[in-house]
Amino acid sequence: MRKALSVILASSMVLSLAACGGSKPAETTAAPAETTAAAEETTAAEAGETEAAAEATGEGVAKEDLKVGYIFIGDENEGYTAAHYKGAKEMQEALGLTDDQLIVKWTIPEDETCYDAAVDLADQGCQIIFANSFGHEDYMKQAAEEFPEVEFCHATGYQAASSGLANMHNFFTSIYESRYVSGVVAGLKLNEMMAADSAVVPKIGYVGAFPYAEVISGYTSFFLGVRSVCPEAEMEVTYTNSWASFDLEKEAAEALIADGCVLISQHADTTGAPTACEAAGVPCVGYNISMIATAPNNALTSASINWGPYYTFATKSVLDGTAIPADWCQGYNEGADKITELNEATIAEGTAEKVKEVEDAIKAGELHVFDTATWTVGGKKAEDDAELMEKYKNYIFDGYFHESELSSAPSFDIKIDGITDKTN
Amino acid sequence: MSKEPLVHISKREEMPFAQAVLVRLAAVLLSLIVCAFVIFILTKLNPVEVYKAIFSGAVGTSRRFWVTIRDSLILLCVAIGLTPAFKMRFWNIGAEGQILMGGCVTAAVMIYAGDSMPTPVLFAAMVAASIVAGMIWGLIPAVFKAIWNTNETLFTLMLNYVAMQIVTFCIVFWENPSGSNTVGIINSKTKIGWLPSLFGMNYGWNVVIVLLLTVGMFIYLKYSKQGYEIAVVGESENTARYVGISVKKVIMRTMAISGAICGLAGFILVSGSSHTISTSTAGGRGFTAIIVAWLSKFNTFTMILVSFFLVFMQKGALQIASQFKLNENASDVITGIILFFILGSEFFINYRLQFRRSGKEA
Repeated sequence: MRKALSVILASSMVLSLAACGGSKPAETTAAPAETTAAAEETTAAEAGETEAAAEATGEGVAKEDLKVGYIFIGDENEGYTAAHYKGAKEMQEALGLTDDQLIVKWTIPEDETCYDAAVDLADQGCQIIFANSFGHEDYMKQAAEEFPEVEFCHATGYQAASSGLANMHNFFTSIYESRYVSGVVAGLKLNEMMAADSAVVPKIGYVGAFPYAEVISGYTSFFLGVRSVCPEAEMEVTYTNSWASFDLEKEAAEALIADGCVLISQHADTTGAPTACEAAGVPCVGYNISMIATAPNNALTSASINWGPYYTFATKSVLDGTAIPADWCQGYNEGADKITELNEATIAEGTAEKVKEVEDAIKAGELHVFDTATWTVGGKKAEDDAELMEKYKNYIFDGYFHESELSSAPSFDIKIDGITDKTN
Repeated sequence: MSKEPLVHISKREEMPFAQAVLVRLAAVLLSLIVCAFVIFILTKLNPVEVYKAIFSGAVGTSRRFWVTIRDSLILLCVAIGLTPAFKMRFWNIGAEGQILMGGCVTAAVMIYAGDSMPTPVLFAAMVAASIVAGMIWGLIPAVFKAIWNTNETLFTLMLNYVAMQIVTFCIVFWENPSGSNTVGIINSKTKIGWLPSLFGMNYGWNVVIVLLLTVGMFIYLKYSKQGYEIAVVGESENTARYVGISVKKVIMRTMAISGAICGLAGFILVSGSSHTISTSTAGGRGFTAIIVAWLSKFNTFTMILVSFFLVFMQKGALQIASQFKLNENASDVITGIILFFILGSEFFINYRLQFRRSGKEA
């Protein structure tokens, strides 16, 4: 009897509670639904007005009204984002913006947090928003659809042109140019090492992040730079499957050194590889930032990107009311690529002069990094391989692979002779 | 002759509810004052401005408010899933894996069956799949525990990594674009399989589902026979056996429920929030939820407050990073101090301090 009573009591409580839980939200939310609908109408009307105004005058944004949003994968403790932030500060200085006109969202992972950050920056009144990581692209696109009047610029991505959104843009720099130059520095060092000790086999190790075109294009251009001065060089590539992991990069470099590599380079964001190199006494070429502080006796130089020119260009376009191209990619000529300070303690003699010569040739357009005369696939020149030419017919013509011309992100993903990809 | 100690700690009689609330409020206030000093000493910033920024980052605009709600609901859902297991003293630290499995099968249904089913059927399929997947992931360690008495802490923890590997394996087939190692936003054009808005609220469904679970779990634990069995098994397995409760059955049944709710949290995450799947989809929520459940002493309504508070601080952290360049560690310090005071206040609610009276000695 008692049990039956308690069951009845409990179930009636369940019912009443469930009823409360069910009906309450329904009542209270009916009103907000109306107000949000109304709000949507007014914002739509406003958006229409501002668009019309912009079209009528053909003008951009007044400088004091400008707000620029940044979405960064890391913070200043991480080389890649530090380089982006430096570029942002350069833009701020060039255009004379105040500190509170730059809104930065730090350590935004590659998930819906990126969308939340992007729409929040748009809510805060940013007219242009940048994101710096490959995986941010989908979320930037999602936000770009929602805010057609805001410009969204995404570094390293490739979907802007095909997205059909006028306010979605991709940008990158011709990093292959600075990698090529850093390869020349490494090649000269190899020559010096071989001259000093005839037993040295010129094998290079390369710590890559992911097997994407971006990384393949990077290590190939580096390798072609090496080969331009040291034709006997060979290279071995391993991947860490992470953009920034100190431990994995250090371990990968150690494994490569143990495998007989006498020089290490990297396409990953930490100081892991140079740390291993300094311990083992192996020269290395870094990425993003100068590695001299990490490896004072072994760092040669680093291939690096200066994001300032693009940030300045794109933000100025918003100020002037001019269009931003869907894809932007510039290199040495615009000052968007460079190598960091040469380490006098390690580099081979005559490096500075040779670097100057190569840089001048790149700037003058006389030197093409992916010149088909300098590489082969399966022993054949690209032009002699009908299948390869068919696949890359839009890229290979006039005697070289036209990297980053069709879209800003690197697209060279051909595995050339002399490079061993250890994971494939 | 030994002296009477300076302080004497004794157990309190039950403190009146209103007074206990006051003690806790005082603890929060005190912690905010201590935080203010810490902020000022470490960063030389005006603490009031920092508090304002945290507040604004979490609930400053209606969009931020909803994002905070959305994320606290998911955390709440996982905490509710963990509660029955913890109440049974079954240390389920495998919520992370149970969420991932639920999310993974949800993504699978979205990808493979998105075009071939009418919307209500599709959602029913996604919900059912996520519940079953989470349930299986919760049942495996329960069966081993019930039959062979394996250690559930290690078992559930290790299953997290198995789940991560399964997700990694699936990404190989689903990656978009190929070579990117990510799935991207699933059905980004058609929005098939995305939880629609309800009553004009973007995350209306999330609210309804999780609140129903909150109420349901409260009733289940407090008023149902099964809830009572869980409590008895948790207190003493021998007592449970003595009164004729099948301990094995209760362990398996409870973990099935626990896993199922965590799997459902995976569904809410993938279909109602991130619209993608990766090994970081669960994002540590399975572990944070343990803190939520314990801090709330397994009261599901208290969990609403606790999960909201933790997510509030997370979202505030983004804002103080953006505004003052304080990284997330700064808000972790603040959260830590506040939690320390709240936990400390429980001591004063349960015990009283009696100081030695000097008059007595004379």
